[in-house]
Amino acid sequence: MAAAPERVPSRIVVVGASAAGLTTVEALRRFGHDGALTLIGDEPHLPYDRPPLSKQLLDGTWEPDRLRLRAPEALDALGLDLRLGTRATALDTDRREVCLADGERVGYDALVVATGLSARRLPGTRGLAGAHVLRTLDDALALRESLRGGARLVVVGGGFVGAEAAAVARTLGAEVTLVTDEPAPLADALGAEVAGMLAGLHRAHGVRLSTGVPVREVTADAGAVTGVRLADGRLIEADAVLMGIGADPNTGWLRGSGLRLDNGVVCDATLRADDGVWAAGDIANWPAPEGGSRRVEHRTNAAEQGIAVARAVLAGPEAAVPFETVPYVWSDQYDLRLQTYGRTRGAERVRVVEGGTDQLRLVAVYGTSDRVTGIVGVNLPRRTRAYRRLLTGNAASDENAVGAGWDAVDAIAREDAAPVPQRTAG
Amino acid sequence: MRVTVDQDKCVGSGQCVLAAERVFDQRDEDGVVILLDAEPPAELDEDVRQAAVVCPALAIELSE
Ligand SMILES: Cc1cc2nc3c(=O)[nH]c(=O)nc-3n(C[C@H](O)[C@H](O)[C@H](O)COP(=O)(O)OP(=O)(O)OC[C@H]3O[C@@H](n4cnc5c(N)ncnc54)[C@H](O)[C@@H]3O)c2cc1C
Ligand code: SF4
Repeated sequence: MAAAPERVPSRIVVVGASAAGLTTVEALRRFGHDGALTLIGDEPHLPYDRPPLSKQLLDGTWEPDRLRLRAPEALDALGLDLRLGTRATALDTDRREVCLADGERVGYDALVVATGLSARRLPGTRGLAGAHVLRTLDDALALRESLRGGARLVVVGGGFVGAEAAAVARTLGAEVTLVTDEPAPLADALGAEVAGMLAGLHRAHGVRLSTGVPVREVTADAGAVTGVRLADGRLIEADAVLMGIGADPNTGWLRGSGLRLDNGVVCDATLRADDGVWAAGDIANWPAPEGGSRRVEHRTNAAEQGIAVARAVLAGPEAAVPFETVPYVWSDQYDLRLQTYGRTRGAERVRVVEGGTDQLRLVAVYGTSDRVTGIVGVNLPRRTRAYRRLLTGNAASDENAVGAGWDAVDAIAREDAAPVPQRTAG
Repeated sequence: MRVTVDQDKCVGSGQCVLAAERVFDQRDEDGVVILLDAEPPAELDEDVRQAAVVCPALAIELSE
């Protein structure tokens, strides 16, 4: 049931050459688009993967080559008009043209916006030596360089990127202080119990945690960072400061285009933003099945949306189907791998159903008072996946239900719980 | 189609198992991928491709 030939877009342009953009162009070719296909990205590097930036690249076990999303030959085989080191500066939806920094205009029949996010900075830190963010390969290499020789690092922000970088910096021998205004790093995302366990682990590895007090400013002298001043006046001295305070959607180039911009590019359930325009990856903001809207900053989501958008573009708006997903994200800190399905932020109820925080391995179920919304696993990957089915819906009985009720949890725990080895004494 | 997996790269996400559970499984202890069928039947081609594309570690390679 292919769309009528005249409806199939012949020129497709994808802006943003990272996980989402690359998956989109690859899927377009796989699904049979043999017309012109342009991929525009402002970074000079061949498309690379970001999760290792705060893990294997930062700790030095991997070099940049290993982060490549595709081998150069595989990229060649896609027959792209690949424009790297090229920034899109504006979008003209009336004439269906993307404007590039050098003044060129690239026409499209279908456009996919996949320009992702940029790391947030504290005011006055741009150009300051020793002031780091961690979003790009260049950021990661600069941070890695600054962690040599027992440097004093202050990580501002208790999110995943900051927590991972703090762990790596400790293993590299840096003196590390992590500052967050939350009660513990990741407290907001994971709740008190699991975040408390992680905080204990960071302390045990020698990370100093400063919690509950926000940062006032990064202090500097002669163009270089000297420390971080907290809201209560305390100064923490530092040779390097990593700002892990989140990231904002790269929508600047879309201002005035007529696209709706609100916490990313606002799309419908099929990820379509406007006539001939779709969005994929970290930048896409689409209606959540449980109501409200949803934007997900996860690697797997970027790939899934790339595939979904490729399908939607080729199918046309009438035939496109809503994008559905169970968001998945993982994080590595020390020897601990944490995996999350669904939504855990702001859960009203959290129940550890297997293992326990004292064992450093567990499965915990998160939700509202009556529905399960998310699963967190620590070092129990296969068991964690077993609980994912609580999130795939029992829509037959209630069309708004996206998660199972709590009574379903025990059934899984009973059915197939593998005995969790007890920790040996000592 | 031939499937190979790189267990050193695998981050144990289980996304491949969700996409094609007749072809992939995970080790109990660390979640690293186990290849159940290196030459899956043609009717699983699309599922296996989906697995390779969504694998967040790019640990699955396919050849025709
Ligand atoms: C340090 C770090 C660690 C992470 N770890 C994990 C993890 O463990 N697990 C997980 O699930 N996720 C992780 N993530 C998140 C994951 O990397 C993202 O979800 C993913 O990169 C999103 O892909 P994307 O293609 O949507 O956006 P991005 O990766 O942000 O790519 C967008 C691209 O578009 C380019 N661009 C922006 N504006 C323009 C323009 N105007 N013109 C041309 N090009 C432009 C950007 O330079 C960039 O190359 C991590 C992210 C970071 C930064
Ligand atoms: S999807 Fe990739 S990373 Fe995840 S378990 Fe399978 S091979 Fe490993």
